[in-house]
Amino acid sequence: MSTGCPDLFNIASTSEVVVACGGGGVGKTSVAAATGLQVALESAGKVLVLTVDPAKRLATALGLGSLGNALKRVPDDAFVQAGLGRPKGELWVAMLDMKQSWDDLVRRHAPDEATRDKILTNPLYDSITSRFVQSHDYIAVERLYEEYTSHKFDLIVVDTPPSRNAMDFLDAPKRMADFLSSRLLKWLILPYRSKLISMASRPFYQIADKILGSQFLLDISEFFGAFQSMYDGFKKRAIDVEVLLKGKGTSFIIVTTLEEVPSREAETFVEELGKRKMNLRGIVLNKVLPSYLMDADTLKLANHIASDPDSIASKLSMSKTEASGKTGESLYSATLYEIARSFLDFHQAGYRENIQRAKFEDGGHSTIVLPRLDDDISDLGGLASLTGYVAEQATSE
Amino acid sequence: MADYTPSLLNKRLVFVTGKGGVGKTAVSVALSLLAARKGMKTLLCEADGSGDLPTYLGVDSVKYSQREIVDKMYAMSMNTEDALREYLHIFMHVPVVGRIGPLANAFDFVASAAPGVKEILITGKLCYEVREKNYDIIVVDSAATGHVISHLAAPQVLNSLVRVGLVNSQTQWMLDILSDHDTTGLLVVATPEEMPVTESIDLIDKVKSETTVGLTAVVMNRVLPELFSKPEEEAFDLLCTERGRQELLDATGMDTALLLQAARLAVELRRTSTVHMDRMRDALDSDTPLINVPYFFDPSTSDVLAGKVADALGEELAT
Repeated sequence: MSTGCPDLFNIASTSEVVVACGGGGVGKTSVAAATGLQVALESAGKVLVLTVDPAKRLATALGLGSLGNALKRVPDDAFVQAGLGRPKGELWVAMLDMKQSWDDLVRRHAPDEATRDKILTNPLYDSITSRFVQSHDYIAVERLYEEYTSHKFDLIVVDTPPSRNAMDFLDAPKRMADFLSSRLLKWLILPYRSKLISMASRPFYQIADKILGSQFLLDISEFFGAFQSMYDGFKKRAIDVEVLLKGKGTSFIIVTTLEEVPSREAETFVEELGKRKMNLRGIVLNKVLPSYLMDADTLKLANHIASDPDSIASKLSMSKTEASGKTGESLYSATLYEIARSFLDFHQAGYRENIQRAKFEDGGHSTIVLPRLDDDISDLGGLASLTGYVAEQATSE
Repeated sequence: MADYTPSLLNKRLVFVTGKGGVGKTAVSVALSLLAARKGMKTLLCEADGSGDLPTYLGVDSVKYSQREIVDKMYAMSMNTEDALREYLHIFMHVPVVGRIGPLANAFDFVASAAPGVKEILITGKLCYEVREKNYDIIVVDSAATGHVISHLAAPQVLNSLVRVGLVNSQTQWMLDILSDHDTTGLLVVATPEEMPVTESIDLIDKVKSETTVGLTAVVMNRVLPELFSKPEEEAFDLLCTERGRQELLDATGMDTALLLQAARLAVELRRTSTVHMDRMRDALDSDTPLINVPYFFDPSTSDVLAGKVADALGEELAT
């Protein structure tokens, strides 16, 4: 058995919570899952990987079907079958189900049954909870907090939902609390609570009334009137969650590829985490091309072949046969040219990555390089290979 | 030769969407450049709120007020406050001078809470530009796959929730524009990877069931080249054998192990991406074009990249 990724293991095994941030398409979910997997393999204890929207194959790899919110343990046999041996710890996984999470939340925070039902049955409830104030982010943080306070796990690894805004995840609880205490919300639910509308807000109502119609406004104000009763619960949660996220036991990792746009997003994350005094432990550079693409001798060789593939092909004795209609020499010449050109192409991509990588390495944070795998992750062995494990010959079924 | 304009550029309003990170903005810019190059007066609208557009255009900033970036190509960035201001001015004859701050804040609040309100302003502004015939084509760098439905379906959603009021009476003309497949189109951008393709397929299903907008084409972005033909692949396999390596060493005087390893990586990466390209193709009607845009290996900035994508898109559309 090989060793996995020591840096990532070191971060995760000294944390209670690991939050993986990063832009879209960088492999955040895979990195989070691979991190949890490694810790479960190497050390005793219970690890939970909490994920929002895993790729189907990754979900399958983790044994997650359509199980939604439920916690599920990855069976030890699955590790053995993947050639990873028996894990020292336990790996648990859960996927966030938005609808169910919101329902749970309302049930928990609603002051009484009547209010709860009023909220759950309001015609606007579904569409409002699915789209307002970074609903996904809020639910993810909320769930993280819930699992953390259950004390069932030694480590929770969570990947943040894809957001339009880098820090939505971190700010979601506070924003929710602000939202519920805002003057605007008070304005909005005013017609519900009393007919008294102040002079200041009258123009708003007049125009809103004209644009949207009063029934719609009434629906909205009724909904938020009931919703606001949950303010105290939300407010307390927001404070507690902030304490958790800023706590010593919580580590942040930023996941990025070395492409231009994700890298720029990652730089924003570094900045924002710094501003919030969050504990950034490392930047994971994911899907990085292999370093041999920068090999100077091979580069020279590729240039040499690309400039004159014919003469090299003519020196190969294996090209002296007739093949597939083409003469052997021209077939081998074309093949050699493609090989060389492809190396030069990938060398350029690697070169571009190296420049970006140097920028991150000079930034003062520790960087962790994970390879670009040439296949999709479709089982536990594949997931483990992300952090460097080479699975032993899988036992046959 | 007859003047042939590809179907994508025949539309008046094209929404471009895709999973985050697939190059949605680059493709939007490329399509706009292509239209402008053909002499069409083009508006490119950033509606995803990411603020990435200026980088791709090589300018400092893009604002709500439309401005010509290159010949025939205008750009704007959508924002709700300005859209509301314009809306109030045009439709309600509210004399909007200077600050509508408090009102805009209040509206923004309702809008972020109430389904469809923000979206209708954005979609409404775009439809308005179409109706007024201000441009030959409008390309919208829309919200990512997860959010775009709420924009495209905004008129229906509001129609069902708001039963009276000005908004209700105004959704019909927008619906007319959005539902006309000759006028309005949707361009979905994906990369040949698992999640982008899966999300695109889900999105296309949802567009069909929840909106009246027609899917015009899918762009497969960052497609890696197919390295070998069939006989070349056989030759490659022979070169990788012990005998092949020895002959290469004799012919070049150098160790070719890493060179062959890199070629193997290129073949494997392409093979994996082919699986997802096939999955995309299988999910589309046979008459929906799947347009491939290659991966560009060379180091370049975003605005240079957008130009290259435009060239590639132009070539693909012309065939």
